[in-house]
Amino acid sequence: MRIVVAMSGGVDSSTVAGLLAEQGHDVIGVTLQLYDHGAAIARKGACCAGQDIHDARRVADHLGIPHYVIDAEARFRAAVMQDFADSYARGETPVPCVRCNQSVKFTDLLALTADLGASHMATGHYVQRIDGPDGAELHRAVDPARDQSWFLFATTRAQLGRSLFPLGAMPDKATVRAHAERLGIQVAAKPDSQDICFVPSGSYADVVAKLRPDAAAAGEIVNEDGAVLARHDGIARYTVGQAKRLGTATHDGATRRIVLALDPQTRRVVVGPRRDGTATLRLREMNWLVPPATLRCTVKLRAREEPHPATVTPDGAGALVTLDTPALPAPGQACVMYDGARVLGGGFILG
Amino acid sequence: MIYLDANATEPLRPSAREALLAALAVTGNPSSVHAAGRQARRMVEAARESLAARFGARPADLVFTSGGTEADALALYGLGAGRRVILGATEHDALRAAAPDATVLPVDRHGRADLDRLAALLAQGPALVCLMHANNETGVLHPIAEAAAICRRHGALLHVDAVQTAGRIGTSLAALGADSLAISSHKLGGPAGAGALLLTEAAAAALAPLIRGGGQERGRRGGTPPVAIIAGFAAAAEAPLEADRLAALRDRAEQAAIAAGAVPVAVEAARLPNTTALSLPGVAAQTQVIALDLAGICVSAGAACSSGKVTSSHVLEAMGLGPRAGETIRVSLAWNTAAADIAAFAAAYATLAGRLRRAA
Repeated sequence: MRIVVAMSGGVDSSTVAGLLAEQGHDVIGVTLQLYDHGAAIARKGACCAGQDIHDARRVADHLGIPHYVIDAEARFRAAVMQDFADSYARGETPVPCVRCNQSVKFTDLLALTADLGASHMATGHYVQRIDGPDGAELHRAVDPARDQSWFLFATTRAQLGRSLFPLGAMPDKATVRAHAERLGIQVAAKPDSQDICFVPSGSYADVVAKLRPDAAAAGEIVNEDGAVLARHDGIARYTVGQAKRLGTATHDGATRRIVLALDPQTRRVVVGPRRDGTATLRLREMNWLVPPATLRCTVKLRAREEPHPATVTPDGAGALVTLDTPALPAPGQACVMYDGARVLGGGFILG
Repeated sequence: MIYLDANATEPLRPSAREALLAALAVTGNPSSVHAAGRQARRMVEAARESLAARFGARPADLVFTSGGTEADALALYGLGAGRRVILGATEHDALRAAAPDATVLPVDRHGRADLDRLAALLAQGPALVCLMHANNETGVLHPIAEAAAICRRHGALLHVDAVQTAGRIGTSLAALGADSLAISSHKLGGPAGAGALLLTEAAAAALAPLIRGGGQERGRRGGTPPVAIIAGFAAAAEAPLEADRLAALRDRAEQAAIAAGAVPVAVEAARLPNTTALSLPGVAAQTQVIALDLAGICVSAGAACSSGKVTSSHVLEAMGLGPRAGETIRVSLAWNTAAADIAAFAAAYATLAGRLRRAA
């Protein structure tokens, strides 16, 4: 079977390539150049490619498989980075990894997979594709600490059908590293990647400021009555539920304030004491991995949190979610529906 | 594996390999006074004389460098002091990256330098003009002799990057009327690691060195020369031209690609005999290159970064090709390309065009 492996240069996707090659598949390694690394770290004369791309090439050479670097910079800028900045400018907290999976990886790279005559694309994601009676299903990884299903909720059933996730069944990361060692993969000991890939300096607000200066413009921090408590340097630095960066508005007497809402029109950050939150939320851009219907399930409103029991009802291209217990959803984040380990679908939280 | 990427590097010619291996067995630094040094110096000077004769300069005015990029840089920095630098829009990055503030001379839709514009630019003061003899991506030849006449009239210097023409068609500093000429060993079938800048007597006298070092190359390029590589370089340059044979094969490849849906670039211009640039509408160049590679055929597209990433071609963009710039691959025949290689290319190209254009 000819398989395209999306290789990031890290230990996970390198191990996927190694395992599939070991099984005798016709493996083609592909690494996406998503952004200009030299420009991102703001060092003049630095190569456009980061160390990860060189690592991916070395691993592919070691495995004896062909490897190609695909220029996806323009597409990534438009579909991921611009969306990231626009989302902050709307007062939301975006999930760029979901956008990247939706566009660059599971649309463009799958198209290239077909163009190259390959039947499947494999990635190093920790999720399981399980073939059920109605086709490919998306399930959480066996290792709950590694599960990435929340980030892949927007993958369509057709895309899942052509995807392979060999690491989803691994009991833990140590097992993956052991495979990497056994296969002689040099990056076996490389640390896991952190945070957002195109913000290597860690200051995502600088990236947003470059693309959407309005989201980095100064404004007021107000209470729910509209009284000005402090100033801020850009709504992009705030997310609903946040308690940091509130300056003189941090405390109301003995009570600690948190961000309750962001108003992009007035550039105001609204703060107040922690509330019970809300029990109902609306979602946009729903992706259903089961036939759309009102259903009881659990939902995750953030990548790392315990699932909430809820009822979800389809509403056009969106959905209505009623939580059994109120929570603090952040607009722009994903709400992903689960039935046990199985992902049923999800959408983006509306403000 | 079928190798059709000679403009990236030519296969080593057997005569060059023989000269290289023979010279590798010889110990000696050409700067040394003893017998071993004299022996090494003899090889370097014989190579210098042979290359100078072949490419139209006096041996004393040929400077060995590490390759084409350094020869271009030496011309740029060594002759450019006090002059405005004017670069053709389709020049190689060897010059573009070294002269980011240069004035860009546009090209027409066939990729040829706009000579009226050149005359207008030269009227504005002393200049160093850099034009490549043949373009590496399209094979298009600039009207160098005409450009040289215009430069002379305005007192400008003309540096010609002849890396792609040397060894493929006749190229000569004297015949072109240029002030300097850059050539590269591995682009004409020699080993990688050597190049040369050939200069007129006047330009050689004015040249400032980039690397002073131990004063080698008459103080124009410091550093011990790679004797064996230079011997291989000179041997490769002595090979007879195969322009007619390669042009016939190139035309056959081009016709086969056209039959499969390709649109060739700049066929109306005078071109290198071994090169064709083929656009396949609607299909990304990098997809074409990968698909051909998986079928065992080596071609290229655009400019490859050291990461291997293929960026869209500034050459094709300067020619006003629009989206075609990202859908064009380069097929460049090597000195040893045979009819069977072209037949295999034609079959693989037809297969890929059939599959990808349906998918597109």
